[in-house]
Amino acid sequence: MAAVSLVRCERGFARDAAPDWMRQELRTGTTIMAVEFDGGVVIGADSRTTTGAYIANRVTDKLTPIHERIFCCRSGSAADTQAISDAVTYQLGFHSIELDEPPLVQTAANLFREMCYRYREELMAGIIVAGWDKRRGGQVYTVPVGGMLTRQPVSVGGSGSSYIYGYVDSNYRAHMSKEECLQFTAQGGHGVCVRACVRMCACACVCVCVRALKCVLLCPALSLAMERDGSSGGVVRLAVISEHGVERRVVAGNQLPSFSAI
Amino acid sequence: MNEATQYNLKLERLGYHQFRTMERHPTNYLCKGVSTGTTILAVKFNGGVIIGSDSRASVGGSYVSSKVINKLIQIHDKIFCCIAGSLADAQAVTKMAKFQLSFHSIQMDSPPLVKAAASVLKELCYSNREDLEAGFITAGWDKKRGPQVYTVSMGGMLLSQPFTIGGSGSTYIYGYVDAKYKPDMSREECLQFATNALALAIGRDNVSGGVAHLVVITEGGVEHVVVPGEKLPKFHDE
Repeated sequence: MAAVSLVRCERGFARDAAPDWMRQELRTGTTIMAVEFDGGVVIGADSRTTTGAYIANRVTDKLTPIHERIFCCRSGSAADTQAISDAVTYQLGFHSIELDEPPLVQTAANLFREMCYRYREELMAGIIVAGWDKRRGGQVYTVPVGGMLTRQPVSVGGSGSSYIYGYVDSNYRAHMSKEECLQFTAQGGHGVCVRACVRMCACACVCVCVRALKCVLLCPALSLAMERDGSSGGVVRLAVISEHGVERRVVAGNQLPSFSAI
Repeated sequence: MNEATQYNLKLERLGYHQFRTMERHPTNYLCKGVSTGTTILAVKFNGGVIIGSDSRASVGGSYVSSKVINKLIQIHDKIFCCIAGSLADAQAVTKMAKFQLSFHSIQMDSPPLVKAAASVLKELCYSNREDLEAGFITAGWDKKRGPQVYTVSMGGMLLSQPFTIGGSGSTYIYGYVDAKYKPDMSREECLQFATNALALAIGRDNVSGGVAHLVVITEGGVEHVVVPGEKLPKFHDE
């Protein structure tokens, strides 16, 4: 992450000397999203970090690894979310060594929630925790501002998320059949059942799934949000987390689906 | 000062603006949408327009003062408008606009153009922009340009668009309408599109609700379609 040193101007004559973006806090006004499927989760985020009207980093990575198969998507104040995820990464690493096995996603989510709730007055952080563990498979937990914790099959967050609630509600369907998914992968194309293939079949390429899911839900949803929200933009970063590991992808701006009717 | 007020003041101090219906906010992580509790939209299709809204009027987001109000106001035979913002301001403006438009129509001895209706609203909104808090979506059919949709924003900007959405519930369906709109839809497709959009917005916005009022305006006339709450399409409800 680019380190931006903010010159904090006290109220007074010096205040107007510094430009607006130097006085603003660094924010990941953003769009983040996570979807569960049978073998794991897919997470995605845009890549814009702003200080006021200035884009401090246009290629931010908002998908932060907390553990080998647990990631978090960060939104809100960049400083707050970085500090929280550093702390949770440390705590989770320690916990995992004590247990001598990979930690549960629920544990990670609870650690986030503990911190976000305890310090809710000082913090401004909306986090989606997603990952895979042996006990419950792919899981998505959302910890919005305030420190609530809830598990959802699909979750969106950040400033851009409000624009895509309708789209996600209408396009997401749980428990796609394995046949639909196989048909989709066999045809190898975007054609049929764009809504299918949220369910991944056994070990059929994680990469096919990313490709499939790119067209299914995340890419269109994220690019719709990026088109409407001024604080979201740049590239789309995706990650698929499953039993077999983590695969990361970047979809550049010119490869994103475009929806400009007007 | 009671607890609720203290808490609200604390939030304000920390920078979280209260969601007051009459205020404009900068686009803030917590505050989505500007102004009134409603969802309104208007969409052009092949041969006509559909203008639609929900039917909830609420006070402060916690009390529903009416479950069945009709926010679609007929300002001329084939021209409707729906309101975003203060109900009082909107009623005053539309009353004035109706009068001016009917007078204009008599003078011209022909039905007014949709653009004329939108311009009348725009003039009223712009010249009184300091005092008013109302924006409009105007849609209708006229002989010169066929079906049209205009949006008059709160400050008095006039814009012609193939479709437009407004109100607090509209933020949740920007993605959906961007993805699903196609030009030159058929009447049935458009009706489905508008109903779906309203249903999705009602599903996410707590100050939008009730029934979906839709008005289909074509050369042949005007048709009201009311979709009661339980008949609205259901989407994946977690």
